[in-house]
Formats: sequence, structure tokens, C-alpha cells
Amino acid sequence: MRIELQDVEYRYQMNTPFESLAIHDVNIEINPGSYVAIIGHTGSGKSTLLQHLNALIKPTKGRVIIGERTIESGRKEKQLRPIRQKVGIVFQFPEHQLFEETVEKDICFGPVNFGIPKEEAKIRARKALKQVGLAEEILEKSPFDLSGGQMRRVAIAGMLAMQPEVLVLDEPTAGLDPRGRKEIMDMFYQLHKEQGMTTVLVTHSMEDAARYADEIVIMHQGTVYQKGTPFEIFSQPEQLMELGLDVPDTVRVQLKLQKELGVRFDHPCLSIEDLALEVKRVMERGSR
Amino acid sequence: MGEKLVSLNDVTFKYEGQDRNAVDCVSFDVYKGEWLAIVGHNGSGKSTLAKLLNGLQFAESGSITINDIELSEATVWDARKKVGMVFQNPDNQFVGTTVQDDVAFGLENLGVQHQMMVERVQNALNKVQMDQFLNQEPHHLSGGQKQRVAIAGVLALQPDIIILDEATSMLDPRGREEVLHTVRELKDENILTVISITHDLEEAAKADRIIVMNQGLLYRQGTPDEIFQLEGELVELGLDIPFSVKLGKALREQGLNLADSHLTEEELVKDLCELNSRM
Amino acid sequence: MLDKMIFGRYVPLDSLVHRMDPRSKLLLVFFFVCIVFLANNLITYGILAVFTLALIALSKIPARFLFNGLKPILFLILFTLLLHILFTKEGDVIYDFGFIEIYEGGLRQGLYISFRFTLLILVTSLLTLTTSPISITDGLEQLLGPLKKWKMPVHELALMMSISLRFIPTLMEETEKIMKAQTARGVDFTSGPIKERVKSIVPLLVPLFVSSFKRAEELAIAMEARGYRGGEGRTKYRQLSWHAVDTLLLCTLAVLTILLLLFRSY
Repeated sequence: MRIELQDVEYRYQMNTPFESLAIHDVNIEINPGSYVAIIGHTGSGKSTLLQHLNALIKPTKGRVIIGERTIESGRKEKQLRPIRQKVGIVFQFPEHQLFEETVEKDICFGPVNFGIPKEEAKIRARKALKQVGLAEEILEKSPFDLSGGQMRRVAIAGMLAMQPEVLVLDEPTAGLDPRGRKEIMDMFYQLHKEQGMTTVLVTHSMEDAARYADEIVIMHQGTVYQKGTPFEIFSQPEQLMELGLDVPDTVRVQLKLQKELGVRFDHPCLSIEDLALEVKRVMERGSR
Repeated sequence: MGEKLVSLNDVTFKYEGQDRNAVDCVSFDVYKGEWLAIVGHNGSGKSTLAKLLNGLQFAESGSITINDIELSEATVWDARKKVGMVFQNPDNQFVGTTVQDDVAFGLENLGVQHQMMVERVQNALNKVQMDQFLNQEPHHLSGGQKQRVAIAGVLALQPDIIILDEATSMLDPRGREEVLHTVRELKDENILTVISITHDLEEAAKADRIIVMNQGLLYRQGTPDEIFQLEGELVELGLDIPFSVKLGKALREQGLNLADSHLTEEELVKDLCELNSRM
Repeated sequence: MLDKMIFGRYVPLDSLVHRMDPRSKLLLVFFFVCIVFLANNLITYGILAVFTLALIALSKIPARFLFNGLKPILFLILFTLLLHILFTKEGDVIYDFGFIEIYEGGLRQGLYISFRFTLLILVTSLLTLTTSPISITDGLEQLLGPLKKWKMPVHELALMMSISLRFIPTLMEETEKIMKAQTARGVDFTSGPIKERVKSIVPLLVPLFVSSFKRAEELAIAMEARGYRGGEGRTKYRQLSWHAVDTLLLCTLAVLTILLLLFRSY
């Protein structure tokens, strides 16, 4: 399913003395099967942006096209549920949304709300649990008896069991330790690769954006500052650094080497292996 | 190394209803003026160590000595004056309704006189560069700002040691940098000895010493150089290695003749420059 | 949600009333509530009205804030008025609709009582409009201080109040977050049959409780780590200062009482 934002603006608390502009003039397309990373500082508007993707909020100007549906400012929308089933959002610290007595019930909660029969939902729950790397034994446990990392996985399984067409992830690894972080990110990437899941990742981590995404959208002060492939984005790292944004470690080191060694790299390196190879090549070329 | 500030001797602790000791026969010392990083994956016992050091939990066996006072229920309130703590969640440790009230909270508890309190609150907030926010309410502050207020709250009590219990793990990169920068300044001014409990290995790389915890046991201790030699072992423990160490390794694998290990990018870039000039 | 709740919301302005000690303002409200019942004729009600209007003028609070505050209670005022008109049978009959008779006494009583009600609400909202919640808490703690002798947990109550105040915005934010997360899981909080909507409260309340307990636990640990061990031997960072204006206010209140006693009819 395709999602498109056209000239979207959103103001909080419209028509009150507390009105504030969160995002403006946002134009983004998310094509089926793509992996898009949205990057920006806290307060750059990326959280507001992501809530438009499944009509949790309605633009105060412009329009959002989600599959067949168009959400426009000033128009009453009914029947938003189908949109929410197709576009699943995993919010930051999703374990805070758990509430049922058992893990199974909690995972089934979403699907049942969307009208999936109980039996079918239970099958989906088992499948989702496997996807997030948890054993079936915990189905009967209370979600509140699990460790923090397990709770996170259960919450994610609850979203996967809805079988959305687009998966939106808001800092899905915040607060996890390095191993947990890598496992979760790899799991989503596998889902994207194997099942062609359209994925939108909202993150602070340039590393993750560079490693996983086909397209990066940089949000700055409420609007899209730049968008393109990781290669395009990171071939001008100075610009990003001026905004106070990080660049991937590899790109930063590359930049330092360019300055110190007085050499030029042909392309931005997004992995350590690539960078090591390039450094070797550049140095050998220089010595000749 | 300087004088011993804290010593742990064979400290063991178990949570009720758990089979395994959360902390198992752990001994180490903390020296005045150092930055000690305690790393380990979730559940390795590193946070329990923090609670033991502050008397929020008491060891089942073994002893903890802070400034020559052995920690016990009788001495815990004195020990807390020496050891300040910053916790993980910025929201759940902000007690006051405004920034200055929160910093004053610890001073009020100790019964400090009003005039003195006003001075210490002001000084502490100056030190963490939050003096412009005296009357700000917590929900108008960023995570990094809240943690800096928490640090000011610790500073106001003039302790010897600050423990950061995963104090940066819920922050965005900017907030994390703010907090670490503040703590580093305080350490460099010799105001505090820092014990940082973390799983951020980039942060640990800048510490003076690292302790690696695993399954409640002290797995290794040493300088960052020594610890990051372990490379693969660390990854197996669920930890990461700093980027410069990883890159150094990859470069050596490409056949570049680099010295063993680099804890910072600066060192690595410098070495590469030298290497280049020799080629 | 918050922006609609004007009643009881602190409006930070710089005025004489804002600068007054919360203790004197609390005492004012307390005594005002008592002496309002002394008024029983036009003159005495007039005196009270002048006093109230003078306070409002001094506070610089825009009248619209105060009247917005009255709106939710308007129904109650009208209801009281109606009750008295219909059921108090005193004095002469003014109107006779056959099935219902309106007495002069009933009308007067009704009007007086609604007016009394209005005055009470204006004065109490003036307190909350000009005093930050935390100042009110401090004022209360100090005023109730003597009760500690009788084992009243005054300090603990004040601390509870101030912590609640501190966490209200945090919990509001949290509620909104959980609502959004559950909406994304197909819960509909805003429409649908009542039964469904009541059911949808569970996925909101359970997480909210769980996180509040967790917060409380962590907060308690953090407080202990910072040396909190009860009210004993604690000093206060916030100091209240009693000025001449505060004494003056209480004197005015005394004069007001004397005037009311003089002019009320027996």
C-alpha cells in the first residue's frame, strides 16, 4: 500500500492561545515494499509526522493519501479502523500498552478488534510470537511477569499479529541493550526482506538508518530538510553536521580522513568493511 | 592510583524468590577522582551493584566500605551523603514542582539552613548550566535537561561520588551528550568520582577503568584498552565494542599495519596519517 | 482538554493579590465563607459585593475568566433559586398561577441565596486564580502546622499534594500516549455504542495504573537515595513572607465582619 503526504501542516491546539505549529509543507511518498527512515532531533516534528500515517491525527492543512483513502483537513472522517489495520504503528516503549491477563490475550487484542475471529487470532499470535523470537510457553503468562526486553517483544508481536501492510516503528529499540537492539532491528529487516513489508523507521540512529533503509527523510524544524537514498544523503555529511545531526560513524571517520590525509573517497561508506576496503585502496593509490 | 574511596569485599546479594545470586562474591575498589564504568547486559547485576553502593539494598554477605565507614543500616544515612545517585528515568526522580525545588529537595531532607540552601541550589545549577531554568516545571524540560537537574540535586549535597545508573539510556543522542559532557566537566574539576553503570560502550571507552559484569559475577576489570582486547568475548556477553576498535580490526584484516587498538577515532585517524606518510 | 478548564486554573499575573501570602488568602477564603452567612439584607449583601469586586479589581484577573468559572455552576445557582421560589412560603403572594403561588419571601430568599453562592464561588476561584497550586500547598502546610501536635500527618499530606501536582502533566501526557497506542490497535475511544466505549476504558486504565505504580516505586527509591526520611528535622526551601498587605487584608476582613454585624437585621 502506498502512503503519500501532500503539503501537510499540523498545528496543536488550533484556535486557542496555546496553538503551536508542529509540521508544515511536508511532502513524502512511501512506496509499497520500501524501507524509509525518518530522522531528526527531538522536536523536529517526526513524531507528529508519524501519527499522520494511520490517521491518528488529521492534517490542519494539506492531505494524506493512504492507499485508497484520502484524509483531508476540515473533513469528517468515519471508519478509520481499516486504515489502522493496514498501517500498524509500534510506538516508543510499546510495552507500556500491555494490559491483558495473558500474553496470548494481549497479542490477540488488536486482531480481534479488527474483526478477526478468535481462533484465527490465536494462530496469528503463535506465529507472531515466533517472529519476535519468543517461546510459546509464555503465551499463558501474564505480560507483567516478563522482563523488559520480553515485554517489548510481546508488544511488537501484538502489532505483527494485526498483519498490517505497512509497519511504522518509532524508536523501537530505545532503552534496550546492544544485543537486544541488534536482534530487534534484524528481525524487522528480515520481515522487510522476506515478506516485502513496507517499513517506516523513525529513529535518532544514523547507523540504523544507513544500514537498513532504502530511503532517508531528514526532518528539521518541522519540515522535510532533505530526502534521498543513504548514499545521496551521506555524500554531503557537512550539511547534516551543521544542523547538529549525527552522521554514521563510518561517514564521520571518512570525513576526518579526507581532511587529515588530503585524499578523496569515491563514495560514502556505510559499513565498516566497506570503509576498511576503501581506506586501503585510497592509501595505496596515494602512495603510488 | 589515588586513595581508595570505596571497597567491596566478597559482596553477595540475592533477590527474594530468585534462584541465582544477582551479585555473586564481587570485590573491587573505587579510587578517588576516577571514572569507573560498570558494563554488562540487562540482568548482569550491574544495577544491583548501584543499589548496594547507596544502601538501597544490603548485601547478604561481604562488606562495602565507603570512606572507611562500613555500610550498614546504622550508617546508611551518612553513606548517602557521600554517594549521590542519578537514575534511569528522568521523570521518576524529579520530586519538586520546579527546577529549584527539586534541587533543594535533598538539602531540605538534611535540614540545611535556608540561606545556605539558596546558595547551594544556585551553585549546583550553575555547574550543570541549568541556572536559567530556576522556575521551570519538569514537563517543559527535555530528558537531558531533567537529568542535569538530577545531577545538580546530587551536587548540592556535596558528595564524593556520583553513581549514574543507566542515566543516559532513555535519552536521545543530544541529551546523552549533554549529560556526559556535564559529568565529565565535574570529574575534571575534581569535584566528583564517577561510577557509571551503562551499556553504552562508547561511553565506557572514555572511562579510566571498566568493570565487566556477567551473570552476577565480576567478569573482568581493567583499563578500556585491556577490556576491548577481549572483542569477541564482549560480543558474546551481549555487549558491543566501540566503533574505533571495530574499524581498527577491519583495517588490520585488510592488511594495514596498525598498532593494536584505538579507543577513540582521533587516535585511529592519527595513526592512519602516520601510516600513510610512511607508505 | 486542559484549555477548557478555566475554573481553578492559576493565571500568573503581577498584582497585589498575586503577591499576597497564600496563608492570608487562605484565611480570607475561610473567614469569608463564614461571614457570608451573616448577610441577610440589601445593605449587608451590598457590602460583601463591594468587597468582592474590590478584590477582583485588585487581582487584575480579566472578568471573563471569572465568569467562565461561574458557568459550570450556573445550573446549580438557578436550581437553588427555583427551589426557593417554588417552595418557600413567606410574606405576601406576588404571583398566583393557580397551581403555583410565588411568595415575596421566597423570591427574596432565592435571590439572596444564589447571590451568596455566586460570591462564594468568585472568592474561592480568586484564590486559585491568583495563587499557584504549590503556594496553596505551602500555605496549607504552614497553617495546619500546629495540628502536628495531635499527630495529624500535615507534612505528609502537603508532600502528597505537591507530588500529585508535579505529576499531573506527566500523567496527562501518558494518558494521551496510551490512548494513541490503543487506537492504533483498533480501540475506538470517541464513537460507538456506550457499552463499547466503557469497555475501551480497560486497555487505557490498566497500563496507566501499572505505569503509575512503577513511577511511585521508582520515585520512592529516588527520594530515599536523596536522604528523605520523613518530615522530622526537615527545613523548607520555599519561605513564605507575610507583608503589611496581608495584615491589612485581615484587618479589612475584621472591619467587614463588624459592618455586617451592625447592618444585618435581626
